[in-house]
Amino acid sequence: MKFCDILKRKEFVVTCEFCPPKGTDLTEMLQKTELVRPYVDAINVTDNQRARLYPSSLAVSRILKERGFEVICHLTCRDRNRLSLQSDLLGVHILGIENILFLSGDHPLLGDHPESKPVYDLDVSQLLRTASHLKEGKTLSGKKLQNKISLCTGAVVNPEAEPQELQILMMEKKIVLGAEFFQTQPVFDVDKYRKFYDRVKGFGARVLPSVLVIKSAKFAKNMSKVPGIKIPEKYIKRLERAQNPLKEGLKIADEIILALKEFSGGIHLMAPGIEENIPQLKI
Amino acid sequence: MIVTIEKDFAEILKVTKEEDNLFIFGCAGCATLCQTGGEKQVKELGAKLESEGKEIIGYSVLDVPCDERIVQKEFRNNSSIRNADSILIMACGAGIQSVQKFSPIPIHPVLDSLFLGTIERIGKFYNYCSICGNCVLEDTQNLCPITRCAKGLLNGPCGGMNEGKCEVNSELDCVWVLIYEAMEKKGNVNNLKLFREPRNWVQSFVFKSE
Repeated sequence: MKFCDILKRKEFVVTCEFCPPKGTDLTEMLQKTELVRPYVDAINVTDNQRARLYPSSLAVSRILKERGFEVICHLTCRDRNRLSLQSDLLGVHILGIENILFLSGDHPLLGDHPESKPVYDLDVSQLLRTASHLKEGKTLSGKKLQNKISLCTGAVVNPEAEPQELQILMMEKKIVLGAEFFQTQPVFDVDKYRKFYDRVKGFGARVLPSVLVIKSAKFAKNMSKVPGIKIPEKYIKRLERAQNPLKEGLKIADEIILALKEFSGGIHLMAPGIEENIPQLKI
Repeated sequence: MIVTIEKDFAEILKVTKEEDNLFIFGCAGCATLCQTGGEKQVKELGAKLESEGKEIIGYSVLDVPCDERIVQKEFRNNSSIRNADSILIMACGAGIQSVQKFSPIPIHPVLDSLFLGTIERIGKFYNYCSICGNCVLEDTQNLCPITRCAKGLLNGPCGGMNEGKCEVNSELDCVWVLIYEAMEKKGNVNNLKLFREPRNWVQSFVFKSE
């Protein structure tokens, strides 16, 4: 089912993110996806997350689709030119994957192949426009395709990045170009997110704020270095003081979820490497 | 101007291993401004090579090596060049290739060409223009996102922008924030919502102009 239809049907929607393994053995990942199955409406599959090499998000999305999950396949502009992006979008359709999330993609300089050539032939706005063309049965260069493709297209917004006004302008632009839903970078400052949400809720595209489970102080400090992620010092201190940091991290996530639930139409969960703990959360 | 930096001296020694008698070309244009290929740097390189046992047959600081006419004239008028085993070129890639067209003997680049830069002062250069043939400056407050955005994005910043800085280097301004601030001053931030078509790369494959 299209994620857009799920969003229409349900008032509170939960998604969760999986990064494919560093290799080709999906056993552990698939076990974890079974554990979260009862709690999530769809699973996001990341695409060379943080500019590090992993198996294709298309291939892994297809495997999850075969197991009955709704999937949101990530597609970044970093590693593909306009031919390859369109080719993959047609491939996504052939594979029966109905939802796609477009991202610029972290710069290769931040990843594990820093010497590689960054592509960024299209930006996310241009990719959204390109996807609209494909949905109408034509290519970016105006050539007619055999058929129209059907896709629910999403994009990312970072509510905590300053200037926030610029983020809001970008969001409006992406909606006009065809973004049907948004997922955010991890939210830790719920008050700030609420102010952002109040500004954008009338735009006509659902926004799922992300909740990142921080399993230790060390992990939180490392994640703070990731572009777009800001973890307040108060949470890092709590993890440092805690006897069981993972338990404390889940508690912090629960507090954020509880506060978001008051107004947000859903959440997107990120628990990298510790997805088996998602069932413990008060979703 | 073209900003250049000198290659490692060890690399220069390696490529001239079989050659004892060397000639050096400098550049009176950009490489002089950059202090990488002016008379002073040419002489310094010569002295360093001499201390390694090489003989410097002579040097010329060409005005400028990227002009093929000047290069041809130099080869016509300076017969001592032919006594050298090779020529070391302290100029950008354009200068090196114009010398390559006319040199009767092997040549070796001494510099790496970095970018088309603006100069704040000697040694402080900024990469502001990619000479892409698709100038967008009219629409971007005369700040180039093709060059100054690490991803060359044309429709606004990526999600890695924060506090006005770029995700690849927190000391680097996000050019889209600079553009936004310039638009804000003029009261036309809504221009950011205008869609900019994908870049046309055809212009990058124009190899000569008539």
